[in-house]
Amino acid sequence: MDSILLQILNGLDKGSAYALIALGLTLIFGTLGVVNFAHGALFMIGAFCAVSLQRLLNLSFETIDETQKDFLGNPLKVKTPYVEAWFGPDVGAWIIDWAVPLALLIAIPIMLAVGYIMERGLIKHFYKRPHADQILVTFGLAIVLQEIVKYFFGANPIQTPPPDALNGVANIGAALGMDIVYPVWRIVYFCFATLIIGGIFAFLQFTTFGMVVRAGMADRETVGLLGINIDRRFTIMFGIAAAVAGLAGVMYGPINPPNYHMGMDFLVLSFVVVVVGGMGSLPGAVLAGFLLGILESFASTTWATTTIPGINQIIIYLVAIIVLLTRPRGLMGRKGVMED
Amino acid sequence: MAILEVKNVAKRFGGLQALSDVNLSVKENSVHAIIGPNGAGKSTLLNCLVGKLIPDTGSVMFDGQSVLGRAPFEINQMGISRVFQTPEIFGELSVMENMMIPIFAKRDGAFRMHAYETVANEKSVVEAAENMLEEMNMADKRHMNAASMSRGDKRRLEIGMCLSQEPRLLLLDEPTAGMARADTNNTIDLLKQISDERDITIAIIEHDMHVVFSLANRITVLAQGTPLVEDDPQNIRGNPKVREAYLGESA
Amino acid sequence: MFGLDKKDTSLLIVVALLTLLAPFILNPFPTDSGLAQFNAGYPDLMQRFIIFGIFAVGFNILFGLTGYLSFGHAAFLGVGSYSAVWMFKLLSYNILPAIALAVVVAGLFSLLIGYVSLRRSGIYFSILTLAFAQMSFALAYSVLSNPKFNLTNGETGLQVYNDDPQILQGANAPDLPHLFGLSMRSTYTMEVGPWAFDFNAGYYVCAVIMMIAFYLAIRIFRSPFGMMLRAVKSNQQRMNYTGLNTRPYTLAAFVISGMYAGLAGGLMAAMDPLAGAERMQWTASGEVVLMTILGGTGTLIGPVLGAGFIKYFENIFSKINDSVLHGWFAFLPDGLEDAVVTIIHPFVGKGWHLTLGILFMLVVIFLPGGLVEGGQRLAKWIRNRGKTEDKTSGKTEPAE
Repeated sequence: MDSILLQILNGLDKGSAYALIALGLTLIFGTLGVVNFAHGALFMIGAFCAVSLQRLLNLSFETIDETQKDFLGNPLKVKTPYVEAWFGPDVGAWIIDWAVPLALLIAIPIMLAVGYIMERGLIKHFYKRPHADQILVTFGLAIVLQEIVKYFFGANPIQTPPPDALNGVANIGAALGMDIVYPVWRIVYFCFATLIIGGIFAFLQFTTFGMVVRAGMADRETVGLLGINIDRRFTIMFGIAAAVAGLAGVMYGPINPPNYHMGMDFLVLSFVVVVVGGMGSLPGAVLAGFLLGILESFASTTWATTTIPGINQIIIYLVAIIVLLTRPRGLMGRKGVMED
Repeated sequence: MAILEVKNVAKRFGGLQALSDVNLSVKENSVHAIIGPNGAGKSTLLNCLVGKLIPDTGSVMFDGQSVLGRAPFEINQMGISRVFQTPEIFGELSVMENMMIPIFAKRDGAFRMHAYETVANEKSVVEAAENMLEEMNMADKRHMNAASMSRGDKRRLEIGMCLSQEPRLLLLDEPTAGMARADTNNTIDLLKQISDERDITIAIIEHDMHVVFSLANRITVLAQGTPLVEDDPQNIRGNPKVREAYLGESA
Repeated sequence: MFGLDKKDTSLLIVVALLTLLAPFILNPFPTDSGLAQFNAGYPDLMQRFIIFGIFAVGFNILFGLTGYLSFGHAAFLGVGSYSAVWMFKLLSYNILPAIALAVVVAGLFSLLIGYVSLRRSGIYFSILTLAFAQMSFALAYSVLSNPKFNLTNGETGLQVYNDDPQILQGANAPDLPHLFGLSMRSTYTMEVGPWAFDFNAGYYVCAVIMMIAFYLAIRIFRSPFGMMLRAVKSNQQRMNYTGLNTRPYTLAAFVISGMYAGLAGGLMAAMDPLAGAERMQWTASGEVVLMTILGGTGTLIGPVLGAGFIKYFENIFSKINDSVLHGWFAFLPDGLEDAVVTIIHPFVGKGWHLTLGILFMLVVIFLPGGLVEGGQRLAKWIRNRGKTEDKTSGKTEPAE
């Protein structure tokens, strides 16, 4: 029982990332009708926002500390981060410690801007072109973005630790009388993902803006005929989708150290998630994201991997193939969306 | 003799009863028009005939064989060709190639792996395509990209493609919708000529009364998913029920 | 000739001449000159040109004709390589059975994947093939490589070991891939003054096979079957209502292109008897898409050009480092020289993928027809310029 719960929990953090990326993909696909192969790159850029902020905060100047001597008797050079000099050692250290959550603040404007530029600068020109062209140009863009990041940050994964307070493990089963020890940050990540997903759904459900967008997803032409400027709203939705992917990336850093190809790794799986959930269905994307994440976690148990070696690496694809063969529209796909 | 026999066909989409209790019989070598106001179920009925939709109940027999449950390509191979509301042609291919494809389909069936032959060497197909282009007055456009032609020409090409298969039944879905008057009249003349000269049955779904009364020798009026009357054109004109269904709606 | 019309025959002859004379054409610079680094006439690179050319020509039969964009073709290449190496391990180092098996196995594998993937079209199809390829990669990388059942040898890659059966390997046969005793590595170097030209057996085997593959591709393009495939791309609705079943057509195209990929994979193993899972990764699938688009989708010569272009510049660009750049721009004033080198630096050497990505985007945006369309536009522009000049001169003459 405990171990089953633990496996479900294990699946939640990866599932959260899948769900967030798949949600953004679906939003873009549903509103703009564009298949965005560069969406994984947005996830990656988000993660590197955290890396950049961390580096920025750690920028230091050197001073000579006369009170300390090295073993040759020379005064010791001491590095002091600027933030510690500005805000005092305590606050400064706290800021550096909380670099990853703080990165959310800078990531929001950055991701919105990236999304806006991407949509206005490139994707806008591809609405009328065939899907194959959209795939190809965003695929090219994904390569470019990932190579730029590689140029500046190198090819190796970069450690981005969570704040000390949220590091380590907690026994979250204690209240239920069970023994489930689980990393705190992963729980944070899951709560964060739930919050964002809830926020997006609430935004679409309860605001006029969201209502228009939903109507546009269902029937773009009619909404356009009503004299509503649907394109501008869709552009904003693209920005939001980019921000969601970016924030998912920021917070994922402490779980898996970011590297330049993490976006592509997640993108392929997120596409599978979207297809399993049902193209164009937001609840489907979220549901399938968590389901596949949990499934993957169960397939990674020693029992599963000894029975069928490597099953954890192919389980998602197997499920996707079975789903597509039995329910071609995915779990919650609507009729008529991308039928041909 | 009836070539197409529709019996008790009903089709429901969710809460909407699109067709109910449709009975229709199209006589061989006739020009049978199916008319009716918007939303009468004309297109649904047509889609049931060509295999795009499967009716909930009832039967559709073509030449003594049921078409239900067959894919559109199988139904075409049985001898039913369809002309679409907006011309469906192979836009990126040349006019000549457009004309050859249905002839290949007629000769070789639904699939043939003729990957090592050369199109230019298929003399009989080339000749048949050329003849049909000649007949459609399009021989001079043979090397043109089909997409670059005028709408009237595309329509002509589509009809020619269907005819080249020598179908027993030609289905037309509002063939003159969105056409200029001149193009409409050309199309009427072409269809008239086809029905006069060929051993073919034509079923036509049409909104434009001018087209219907110029062509049809039998008319079925569909209203709210069910046939109202079936009669000869002169009787339809004066039928009060038809006037009500039509004028009541459009007035 | 060979059942081709005049235009196609001349195309085939041009391609044949280019491939046969490639050792000369690709080595235009004397070996000791500074430009020798732009030479591409060494066996390893020339083999890659040809092998990826075959891969792209096959991919183009699917994508160029039917418009179905597969993102998983590298899986078939990988399967081809694995089959070939198994043939080396079990039978002998003779490449013929190895290549034959590679084609057959890749064909069967693509039949399986195609049967499932082709139930959907458009974007679904692309994602399905991508998922299949990633699954194959995972299978090859870990699942099918365990002590109980080791088909792929995982991370290390599949290779021939001394204790392999090799039941047909003759006592005197070379201990490397060969064609009835002719080793694929044997190279004859012809030295003419300062020039050196390499004639490699492996390259010529590849070249001959490519010419056959290219000839067959022409036949397919010109056949009624090829016309049907283009019709699938143009209008599936009309296909269905014309009595044609699109599924077997697309499946046949998929299998044919899978067999081409298997052939390429088999040749790859024949040139270097090793097969690794990374060959199946989706980036490798992306590469063949790039080649085809860059060269010109749906054209005969385009994919070959694209493959050559990408492999050539990949090779050249990776060699350019900062000192080479400084050498080139030495004529500039110091500050400017450094600035120029700094600007170019991210795009060369290890930055080749960045250049490739940008180039690819530019092609998709501005030149969807690829290099072939670019060439046609250029030719048209030159012709038109000639004409307008004629016109102006024609106009001015009477005035004089």
